[in-house]
Amino acid sequence: MTDSKYFTTTKKGEIFELKAELNSDKKEKKKEAVKKVIASMTVGKDVSALFPDVVNCMQTDNLELKKLVYLYLMNYAKSQPDMAIMAVNTFVKDCEDPNPLIRALAVRTMGCIRVDKITEYLCEPLRKCLKDEDPYVRKTAAVCVAKLHDINAQLVEDQGFLDTLKDLISDSNPMVVANAVAALSEIAESHPNSNLLDLNPQSINKLLTALNECTEWGQIFILDCLANYTPRDDRESQSICERVTPRLSHANSAVVLSAVKVLMKFMEMLPKDLDYYGTLLKKLAPPLVTLLSAEPELQYVALRNINLIVQKRPEILKHEMKVFFVKYNDPIYVKLEKLDIMIRLASQANIAQVLAELKEYATEVDVDFVRKAVRAIGRCAIKVEQSAERCVSTLLDLIQTKVNYVVQEAIVVIKDIFRKYPNKYESVIATLCENLDSLDEPEARAAMIWIVGEYAERIDNADELLESFLEGFHDESTQVQLQLLTAIVKLFLKKPTETQELVQQVLSLATQDSDNPDLRDRGYIYWRLLSTDPVAAKEVVLAEKPLISEETDLIEPTLLEELICHIGTLASVYHKPPSAFVEGSRGVMHKRLPARTGSGEGTESPDVVNAAAGSAPEAAPSIIPSQGDLLGDLLNLDLAPSTNTVPPPTTSGMQMGGMDFLGGGLDSLLGGDIVGSPAMGAGFGVAPAVMPASLNAPVGGGLGDLFDLGGGVGMPMGAYIPPKTVWLPAMKAKGLEISGTFARRAGVIQMELVLTNKAMSVMTDFAIQFNRNSFGLAPAGPLQVLTPLGPNQTIEVSLPLSTVGPVMKMDPLNNLQVAVKNNIDVFYFSCQYPISMLFVEDGKMERQVFLATWKDIPNDNESQFQIKDCHLNSDAASNKLQGSNIFTIAKRTVEGQDMLYMSIKLSNGIWVLAELKVQAGNPNYTISLKCRAPEVSQCVFQCYEAVLKN
Amino acid sequence: MIGGLFIYNHKGEVLISRVYRDDIGRNAVDAFRVNVIHARQQVRSPVSNIARTSFFHVKRSNIWLAVVTKQNVNAAMVFEFLYKMCDVMASYFGKISEENIKNNFVLIYELLDEILDFGYPQNSETGALKTFITQQGIKGQTKEEQSQITSQVTGQIGWRREGIKYRRNELFLDVLESVNLLMSPQGQVLSAHVSGRVVMKSYLSGMPECKFGMNDKIVIDKAGKGGVTDEAGKSDLGGGGSTSGKQSIAIDDCTFNQCVRLSKFDSERSISFIPPDGEYELMRYRTTKDIILPFRVIPLVREVGRTKLEVKVVIKSNFKPSLLAQKIEVRIPTPLNTSGVQVICMKGKAKYKASENAIVWKIKRMAGMKESQISAEIELLPTNDKKKWARPPISMNFEVPFAPSGLKVRYLKVFESKLNYSDHDVIKWVRYIGRSGIYETRC
Repeated sequence: MTDSKYFTTTKKGEIFELKAELNSDKKEKKKEAVKKVIASMTVGKDVSALFPDVVNCMQTDNLELKKLVYLYLMNYAKSQPDMAIMAVNTFVKDCEDPNPLIRALAVRTMGCIRVDKITEYLCEPLRKCLKDEDPYVRKTAAVCVAKLHDINAQLVEDQGFLDTLKDLISDSNPMVVANAVAALSEIAESHPNSNLLDLNPQSINKLLTALNECTEWGQIFILDCLANYTPRDDRESQSICERVTPRLSHANSAVVLSAVKVLMKFMEMLPKDLDYYGTLLKKLAPPLVTLLSAEPELQYVALRNINLIVQKRPEILKHEMKVFFVKYNDPIYVKLEKLDIMIRLASQANIAQVLAELKEYATEVDVDFVRKAVRAIGRCAIKVEQSAERCVSTLLDLIQTKVNYVVQEAIVVIKDIFRKYPNKYESVIATLCENLDSLDEPEARAAMIWIVGEYAERIDNADELLESFLEGFHDESTQVQLQLLTAIVKLFLKKPTETQELVQQVLSLATQDSDNPDLRDRGYIYWRLLSTDPVAAKEVVLAEKPLISEETDLIEPTLLEELICHIGTLASVYHKPPSAFVEGSRGVMHKRLPARTGSGEGTESPDVVNAAAGSAPEAAPSIIPSQGDLLGDLLNLDLAPSTNTVPPPTTSGMQMGGMDFLGGGLDSLLGGDIVGSPAMGAGFGVAPAVMPASLNAPVGGGLGDLFDLGGGVGMPMGAYIPPKTVWLPAMKAKGLEISGTFARRAGVIQMELVLTNKAMSVMTDFAIQFNRNSFGLAPAGPLQVLTPLGPNQTIEVSLPLSTVGPVMKMDPLNNLQVAVKNNIDVFYFSCQYPISMLFVEDGKMERQVFLATWKDIPNDNESQFQIKDCHLNSDAASNKLQGSNIFTIAKRTVEGQDMLYMSIKLSNGIWVLAELKVQAGNPNYTISLKCRAPEVSQCVFQCYEAVLKN
Repeated sequence: MIGGLFIYNHKGEVLISRVYRDDIGRNAVDAFRVNVIHARQQVRSPVSNIARTSFFHVKRSNIWLAVVTKQNVNAAMVFEFLYKMCDVMASYFGKISEENIKNNFVLIYELLDEILDFGYPQNSETGALKTFITQQGIKGQTKEEQSQITSQVTGQIGWRREGIKYRRNELFLDVLESVNLLMSPQGQVLSAHVSGRVVMKSYLSGMPECKFGMNDKIVIDKAGKGGVTDEAGKSDLGGGGSTSGKQSIAIDDCTFNQCVRLSKFDSERSISFIPPDGEYELMRYRTTKDIILPFRVIPLVREVGRTKLEVKVVIKSNFKPSLLAQKIEVRIPTPLNTSGVQVICMKGKAKYKASENAIVWKIKRMAGMKESQISAEIELLPTNDKKKWARPPISMNFEVPFAPSGLKVRYLKVFESKLNYSDHDVIKWVRYIGRSGIYETRC
């Protein structure tokens, strides 16, 4: 069989010929033709014109042909959605085929066809396949749910597929379990707060059982999923570790690394004095070393991970230095990584060996490798004090080789050695000076100049040396210029008599002839220092410098912790958090190592922490271990999606937060009505109507979190903002995807939109309009999309809204119909806004008025609701609600039950009065709402629920 | 997860392109070609990030296999998958070459559809795959056959099908070791380790349960302490030809084929499994202690003036005199500016190969406890290159009929309860081969 012929030649009229062949009666000819089509497709030719002809071949008994047609369909269905419908019947029929392989093939392929109409037809067959008697079909269907979710998340939720998928975790077949876990993990990643996986000791036990039985790939899925779990205490942690350790002997390196990830993470929770802790440490080393006998690409992945592990727990590999010695035939990427790890493991015990190796490497061929080896020698000197002398002499030997780049690297590291051990090795300066002329790299030149300046008093001809650099001052790089300026000033302060002219020269070069502001500034500072107070200048310029630290290139601890949670993945290879290279919401969630907890304490964490961490359920530690972590937490939250927290996202929001704080405090002191005072109103009034979108997220997010953290201890918080949801999927709007939410900031209602262009062409000329609605919401200005939106670009826009538009009662009341126009078309969608957006800031009633109004509203207008599972105490609840302009007017405590009386004013002047009953220890609240327009009660209740639970 | 998989020839032309995820566009195919295959400077990492898209690649002869993704995938899994993919393809159509790939592109697409679903690797055991991906269609199968296939593909024992029958039950067991050494010019061992593999060929009927034992120090010590009679006594498989008389060896680490029950190894350190049919690798292991180094290389390089080098290398064999090492090759690197070489050797043949910048000295056979010597005079062209010659290490290749780690197979027992053959009826063959891995001596 020589199928390679299909790859050759493109004749004119080929498409026509293919068309004829596809419609041929002879089966063989048909098959040949489809093969040709697939070959053309592979090399990138457009054969979409043959769509109907290829689809016609689909109804066949020949499975090979069928698979080829399916392959074609997956590629082109999206570009020919209407034609793709033609295939639906065959798919549906195949899903009923007696042969399980064909059923699975149909459901697998259908999931890959991203056409709305086909997706609709997929639901029923998929539901059947998820419950198929054959495990092969079920395991395929499990993955198909993830496919469908990627196309239409809402549909998957509505159809209840997520629950079916969850049930598959208890399936009798291990491969079905593994695929269900993979699918659920992926879906959960795009809903960081959904708690979809719902890992608990029972489900973990099921996973651990399946782990022993499924394929190597399934084991990886399960281990990666396990790594997201946080055990309740050290005992549970230990028992999981015990069941995961056998995986360390698996032949598949990915299984091993994923197991290492689970162990590294759960180990955090084990007390260090536990015997098991030591055993575990010992068990980790051999498999890590074994990874180094894998193929080079895997070695590379392993080494990047070992680099992290060594930084986190140096004790694991401290005796394994030798395995990281570089082999002559290692690929360069393996060599460079090994070198890095060697330095991390270098200690007094093994330094002699390491140095001998490094010296060997410094004579190799590859320039990058040699440079890194030379630098490594310097780092050893700084890290292991006892070795410094030998390192310096090794470096001197290398300088004698006169190989240009070796000399330059050596000088750069010797400078660092001087910084670490002052007044010890200055005898080598003479040797260094001999090589002055051969230095052509800025870093080496700068290092040499620094040395000359720093030790000017010991170098007889320092002035001559520096002067020689001065000739080409303007051709030097900034780094060298700055260094030269400083060095000459140092020289002048040390030998003022001979060098006055030189210093004049350099100062004028730096200040008068240079365009570089840094250089000029530094020049002026020196000039003024020298001219006003030379003694002070001496104190400043020649001050004793702090010693440089031992480890210069360690990964920052919070990042390291996060990367440990990503062992084995791309993040661990790049040494970057996933958010740095993954687009969209996926993987943006930051992972953290669990905190150590004793089995006795910590299971019941204090309320305060619960309240503070309640909004970030991913991995809230019950004890905040150290300051470093706290800082890290802030940073982490800072980048987290703003969906789960409550950010007042603008500078004015910041003010509001601050004022709320004051206001709340004063309020309780004076009992007055400060929040609604005219002064404040004016303050809010000046808030710019349209906020620059780019500023919003980061600044506001961080601040929001700060406030949020304090939330549990009685500080009012910003208004509740529901998470962004997709309003208009890209498929319905020719590639334009709109998601968004509503917010009330500084008294202005804002519609926050995220526009994403998923089409191939640029979008411009955006405009927006609302249909008439219940509360007269209307855009207060045009939609601010100033620049054209390129393919794959996303823009965030805040649209301020007014409440003076035309009114029409909608059903549901808070429904809003929106039209968005761009250069391509007009699109319509509807969304619902939380009614809390309409609660105005001056909604706090006088007590007397409240009482009167309460009595005045007929009892028929009163409606009662239950809010379930709310664990806030009444004060926290009241604070939370105040953030959304629901004001507590009075509080009464009757028989352990807190009664809160609250008032709300809507933007159209409707008042809503509420009575909230909170019983200590009972998570269910009762709320009674009274309003003259009882229709709004339902919406208001929903708001209570949303605000209290977020 | 994996977003797509591409296969290119050495020119960067696409041979296979399969996209699994919507976030991967056609331009990804070109991005890899332009930035990696056609890159002006050789790419220095097997993972590259181009425009927020990550590419993983491996090369087999002159074929590039690339995986592309936009997510934070398990990188180790991706490479393991690529290797596996190569194995599967090789077992279907032999060598991975442009010609073979083009000839089998329909098959490859079919395989890719089966072993990657939405970018998630699925069962990729060739034994299982070959039962239903045959390029013949699966029309003729009965219902029982179909469900047997699906239960094998998804089942606990995905690597073996039921109902295998042999007239003669036979087992071949190879202990293949590669011994690695890095030695300083003064004869100090800088690093040495053995990486070994136990490769089996099993032709056994039914679903046999096997148990494998070797002279693992931990097992032997445990048995000794517990006073249990040593099973090695009744072993019919002992032997091999190691020179050392030591009883047990310390294994640093081992990994097993997925058929081995890992939890059982973890708790009892016993290796039990239901074997795949035919050839497979049962385990890999690594040892670093008490390694028998079969050869010692003693180099002497002297620079005589600027245009001449004198090299003398002695090799000594270090094992039982009754054993023979084979395929011995010593490779002595020469500087780039070599103009001529004169060699004298006592045994074997030696040649200067200018294209490889080395003197290659070959000896067919050599018994234990012998030594041999080569001396060479190397003439150099004068150069004004300042950089000194890097002096790459002298490397060695050989094959010896024993396990340099000292590993011995103590027993391999077969139990099949349903069919009536017992452990004694199985014919077992054991072979030990020690080869040089990276066996280098600096000079």
